[in-house]
Amino acid sequence: MGETIVVTSGKGGVGKTTTTANLGTALAFAGFKVALVDTDIGLRNLDVVMGLENRIVYDIVDVTSGSCRIKQALIKDKRFNSLHLLPAAQTKDKTAVSPDEMEVLCEELREEFDYTLIDCPAGIEQGFYNAIAGADKAIVVTTPEVSAVRDADRIIGLLESSDLRNPKLIINRIRPRMVKQGDMMDIEDIVDILAIDLLGVVPEDEKIIVSTNRGEPAVMDGVSKAGEAYRRIAQRVRGEEVPLMNLDVSNSLMDKLKNLVGIR
Amino acid sequence: MLWELLYRVLGKDNSGSRSQAKDRLRLVLVHDRATISPYLMNRLKEDLVKVISNYMVINEEGLEVYLNQDEKEVALMASVPVKKIRRDYMERTQSIS
Repeated sequence: MGETIVVTSGKGGVGKTTTTANLGTALAFAGFKVALVDTDIGLRNLDVVMGLENRIVYDIVDVTSGSCRIKQALIKDKRFNSLHLLPAAQTKDKTAVSPDEMEVLCEELREEFDYTLIDCPAGIEQGFYNAIAGADKAIVVTTPEVSAVRDADRIIGLLESSDLRNPKLIINRIRPRMVKQGDMMDIEDIVDILAIDLLGVVPEDEKIIVSTNRGEPAVMDGVSKAGEAYRRIAQRVRGEEVPLMNLDVSNSLMDKLKNLVGIR
Repeated sequence: MLWELLYRVLGKDNSGSRSQAKDRLRLVLVHDRATISPYLMNRLKEDLVKVISNYMVINEEGLEVYLNQDEKEVALMASVPVKKIRRDYMERTQSIS
């Protein structure tokens, strides 16, 4: 019996889809059977991040409305046979699926897959309640910004009142240099404020943009810092204990001078 | 100006925006988290009525309970119209406890 994990955040643009794609790919790479479900109906994106946009035939609404079977709608990943994507519908709206239908869907996926990762839409409307309906666990993604952390706090409250206790936190796009300069909230600050367990920290990485351009998740890139961070997160999801990535920056006087004049 | 520059170079600048972010966030969350569901609010009202009724007769219809937020804190405010004070409050409270 597999595990269903919803990836959520409240605020948009903090990296839910990137997290879902990378975590899913890392788990598949480790040999697990993984299904990725895009529940952002009307604004689907997980397909392009995975580079699978050209292979879509059926979508999630086709499945929940009974127009096709789950197996027909699941798209096999380019790289891993054990990784599958259930894309969101692009032309419908979020009310096209109900929380009850999602529960049934997740139940079915749980039988087939070791991990089902659900990419939640931004916001706290029905799309959110659909996404969390069938989940056993929740991951909250935030960035070190006031607005993102505030929304994460709200989401944590809603998850807990929906009986998804103990959500785990991923802090995305942290910039160690700015933290060191005292211009960005630190991991500790955020964990302290949100008071939930930390699942991982992902540094800001330009390679994410490149990998998204190509439709190839950064975990497959051996030199990507973010990719490395996601591989560690995947290990923690599997229950292994791995230390946080070393995000220390060199801190010579020369670096500081460079920072001051804006050369990087 | 020059000192500021020097401090920044030497890394002794504590006035970074990090602490501002933290402080503002803390404050915002005090307010955000202070929302209370109508269900809980009703339970609170019922309990208040029970306790206060040991000491005085109140107009339950006119009871008002709400959270008041200002810039620094959140306070529970209650307005309780009193009809009369109970003279037998000693016996009443004793018989309960």
